[in-house]
Amino acid sequence: MPSDEEDYIPWIQQFCELFGHDYFVQVSQDFIEDDFNLTGLSSQVPYYREALYTILDYQVETAEDSPQDNNSIPGTANTTATTNTANTSSSKKEAKNELPNKALLAHSAELLYGLIHARYIISKQGLTAMASKFERNDFGSCPRYFCDGMHLIPVGSTDIPGQETVRLYCPCCNDIYIPSSSRYLNIDGAFFGTTFPGLLVKMFPEIENQCRIRINKFSANDFGLKLFGFKVNETSASGPRMRWLRMHPKTDEEKEEYENCEFSVPKWVSDSDMEDANDDDQEDGDDLDDDEDDEDDDDEEENDDDDKTMASE
Amino acid sequence: MADYITDSSSDFTEYWIDLFLGIKGNEYFCDIDDEYIRDRFNLTGLNQEVSKLPTLIDIITDLIDLDSQPEDQRDTLEHNARILYGLIHARYILTSRGLNKMFEKFRNGDFGYCPRINCQLHPLLPIGLNDSPRVASVKLYCAKCEDLFNPKSNRHAVIDGAYFGTSFPAMFFQNFPNAIPIHSKETYVPRVFGFKLHEYSQLNRWRHLQRMKLESRLVKSGINVSNVNGGFIEVEQRQEER
Repeated sequence: MPSDEEDYIPWIQQFCELFGHDYFVQVSQDFIEDDFNLTGLSSQVPYYREALYTILDYQVETAEDSPQDNNSIPGTANTTATTNTANTSSSKKEAKNELPNKALLAHSAELLYGLIHARYIISKQGLTAMASKFERNDFGSCPRYFCDGMHLIPVGSTDIPGQETVRLYCPCCNDIYIPSSSRYLNIDGAFFGTTFPGLLVKMFPEIENQCRIRINKFSANDFGLKLFGFKVNETSASGPRMRWLRMHPKTDEEKEEYENCEFSVPKWVSDSDMEDANDDDQEDGDDLDDDEDDEDDDDEEENDDDDKTMASE
Repeated sequence: MADYITDSSSDFTEYWIDLFLGIKGNEYFCDIDDEYIRDRFNLTGLNQEVSKLPTLIDIITDLIDLDSQPEDQRDTLEHNARILYGLIHARYILTSRGLNKMFEKFRNGDFGYCPRINCQLHPLLPIGLNDSPRVASVKLYCAKCEDLFNPKSNRHAVIDGAYFGTSFPAMFFQNFPNAIPIHSKETYVPRVFGFKLHEYSQLNRWRHLQRMKLESRLVKSGINVSNVNGGFIEVEQRQEER
């Protein structure tokens, strides 16, 4: 239970106010207290129960606490200690050694909070909270010049903690970037998750609108290197070779081509083998193999996301 | 002239150019040879951009001390000297010596690195969007994704793009073809619970189609694009070109 001090700051607020933690929103107490939202986390976080109590500001017993204090500690912490002992069926003295020390516990609590955070921000309440942060440009602007300061959205490249740091997604150029300040380089990407940006842009169509305005604004632009005003030809090694990366279908022909890309990349590609060079126009005909590739990718990721799917429902 | 400089060097704790390069935010500039500045041919037309061109040249090359000038003009002179230095800089970095100096800076990452994940911290090059001063600020060009980025720091974001010019990166890569990166084909598609968002995925497929068209165009003109400078990284197992 929270202590009686007047200037008492809840753990969650404290965590979110830490230097470099300004990407996080405060997860509501109700969300954490609902066990359903925490499904599967106990196996990912060491000292799960103690970490959870830390986040919720319940009193937690740590290795630093002396055995004499044991009696004064409220029931919650005591039961934890006993469950620990029950598992290992050893004496109370040994159980003491199994209690986390403060540093370990702090780490576990941060990990647990991060993972809960990743689930919270794809719930309705969390999405709204993150959307207002997005509006305030808390995550920074896209460094790309032609995105004209589009606000960024934090994203993880994997849902498994401890692998990659947080990245920023720009819905305008549809690409991911490294945060501009090094203070965010120790924040785990899994604390935001792979799903969040996709869900945010779909939940708030206004974001896609903003992007469309920007894309149209620069649609006439075709940036390419120029030497004394002359464009470098694409057959030169330094010529424009990456234009495709930012292209949008503009002409009717391109739009039709785009329609054909609905399920797979049209088959004509195979005639880059020179032999059937004449068949350039034959753009229909679905390449089924391509589809399969995509599905394989999805399958791999699905396992990681199972927990999350449940949490959001 | 050179003798004069060495003789008078005791009067100055530091040269004007060194002082200028030492100012925070001027990390993008390289030092220009005195001879280049003093060759009036290289300064053709610059008298239209700044007034008192001869005085400014003398200030930059330390022939006269700024303190010897009337006090009320010092700030203007210093300000104009900086503009002049920038404009000469844009011309100098297109010369062979200038390009070599900029290559050194490029290799050291003095202009920063591309923030795009798939570019894997490729070093950037400064570029102007316009060759006349006071039009657009400096941008950074990434040769890997061939895109423009805003400088990270506000100090750099206010530098005039004309001090680097529109031709610089193109000239740079003409001169150092080995510095042209192999482009990455990787793209990002947002996923929800592991599933790609259809609309984005479709656009992504269309873009890949455009890339394949480009590749086949290039191959037809007899240009190799697989794993060469200016080409694309070919991932072995990916059966993309079927």
